[in-house]
Amino acid sequence: MDIIRADHLKKTFGPVTAVNDVNLSVREGEIFGFLGPNGAGKTTTIRLLTGVLTPDFGTVHINGIDIHRHPLDAKMQMGVIPENSTVYGDLSAEQNLQLSGKMYGMPKTLRDKRVDEVLSKMGLSEKKRLPVRTFSKGMKQRASIACAIIHRPKVLFLDEPTSGLDVQSRRLVIETIHEMNEQGSTIFLTTHNIEEANTLCRTVCIINKGMIVAQDSPERLKKMFDTTQSVEVSFDRPVSRDLFAAEGILRAEPCGDKWRLYTDNPDQVLKYLVGRAEREAITITSLTTSGPSLEEAFVRITECA
Amino acid sequence: MMEAPLFLRGILVITGKNMRLYYTKPPVLMFGLLFPLFMFFAFFVGRNLDLETFFPGFLAMMLFFTASSVGPLITPWEKREKTYERLLSYPVTQDSIILGDVVAGAVFGIGISLLVWIASRFFVPVAVTNIGLFILAFILGTLACAALGALLASPASDSPPNVMIFSNLVRFPLIFISGIFVPLEQMQGLGLALAYCSPLTYMVDLFNAAMSGTSVFSPVTDCGVLIVASAGFIVISRVIQKRNMMKGM
Repeated sequence: MDIIRADHLKKTFGPVTAVNDVNLSVREGEIFGFLGPNGAGKTTTIRLLTGVLTPDFGTVHINGIDIHRHPLDAKMQMGVIPENSTVYGDLSAEQNLQLSGKMYGMPKTLRDKRVDEVLSKMGLSEKKRLPVRTFSKGMKQRASIACAIIHRPKVLFLDEPTSGLDVQSRRLVIETIHEMNEQGSTIFLTTHNIEEANTLCRTVCIINKGMIVAQDSPERLKKMFDTTQSVEVSFDRPVSRDLFAAEGILRAEPCGDKWRLYTDNPDQVLKYLVGRAEREAITITSLTTSGPSLEEAFVRITECA
Repeated sequence: MMEAPLFLRGILVITGKNMRLYYTKPPVLMFGLLFPLFMFFAFFVGRNLDLETFFPGFLAMMLFFTASSVGPLITPWEKREKTYERLLSYPVTQDSIILGDVVAGAVFGIGISLLVWIASRFFVPVAVTNIGLFILAFILGTLACAALGALLASPASDSPPNVMIFSNLVRFPLIFISGIFVPLEQMQGLGLALAYCSPLTYMVDLFNAAMSGTSVFSPVTDCGVLIVASAGFIVISRVIQKRNMMKGM
């Protein structure tokens, strides 16, 4: 079943068409990645999907409810972490969560229990009574996520949730996304971090200039645009580029203390490298292969559009 | 109709949030509380004025400033602090946000003005001749002023000082043309025409009717104008805020 469904969404701001005929469907229980370059229309789309903005044309259904006809019922199904938006700095983390719980109509006993639970999960228990304005950026983002998940939403929208966070906070956010998904929430995630989308999402959708230009699984998107793979190799001493003039190696690029070799046939290249190293009496210190990247596919797709 | 309880709950929660966060903000205390008191002292202290005559006007001015001081601050403050979009993403609508702002302003206005009225009973020998009209004046007056406050927040950017300056630019002239310092009977020409356009005039008149038993218009007219003004301010505020929603977000 599609838990998020958008049909022919269009939104203009004066002469600028921010979103143009966007159609989306997200299946229940999915982690859905929404990618696009700056100014592509990601944030406008998420604002249309969450009922913050009204489209000029088109409809959005959340769990079967039309968000622009029944905004309150539809919003009860979701938690939202808007980009650049934060919680109330003058309130403590605990007060912010209580407020959030009240907004979702949670009864007091359940609210109190969930506030403690979520604060503990987000690592904010010790500072729950301090005003949020005294928090670091990572802690503020954790408080923001805590407010969005307090009512165990069916759909969680996250707009660039890990942008500008330190490693620990980023990991905690990713863990929370996984955990929410395991507990049954559908995740709609926009991110600039292609690697994050690659590892987290089952389906990735790419928007460019207000239009959806691709939607598929990360693996299929990668294969659609690039069949070239690469082999990264390093040796115990410097070698010249001539070493890589062999059949099967399309191109060789120095990459720090390694060489990256592009090929259609990694097996042939690996065998060549091992044999050549033996003949030249040099030691291979590391050897890795990698497939086509989602980043490459993203760049190609957004360039083509 | 299924959404009505959610809508009402949204208004209540937003009102509670506004009361907690904005009542103690310096612009509210300055322009909502201190300013009308200073105005009162500036005009009445040391002058041989009949307090009984002017007190209903002063009470109306107090209510006007307190009730209309909260509304203009909230939206710009929330946009500046980047909490407005999060608020919109909760199960609330822009209407519940506007009404939550209006109710928070109205409660502030009623609370402070009632305190002033109770305290003043020890110093000023002013009686209430019609308690029903007095309660109506409080409720309808504060509603109109709080709705005006919400309207003044409509051109909201993310700069609270700019909005406060704009709101004072509108509010200050109103107190001079609404029968507070110059009784309506003594006004002529343009001044009188402007007085008829100010909802504050009808609030002052209703307080006069309730406290001294004298009024220029009938209480029905006063109440009718205040109700229409409240509804008008809220509707216009809704239209402008919808148009300006993206400003500062």
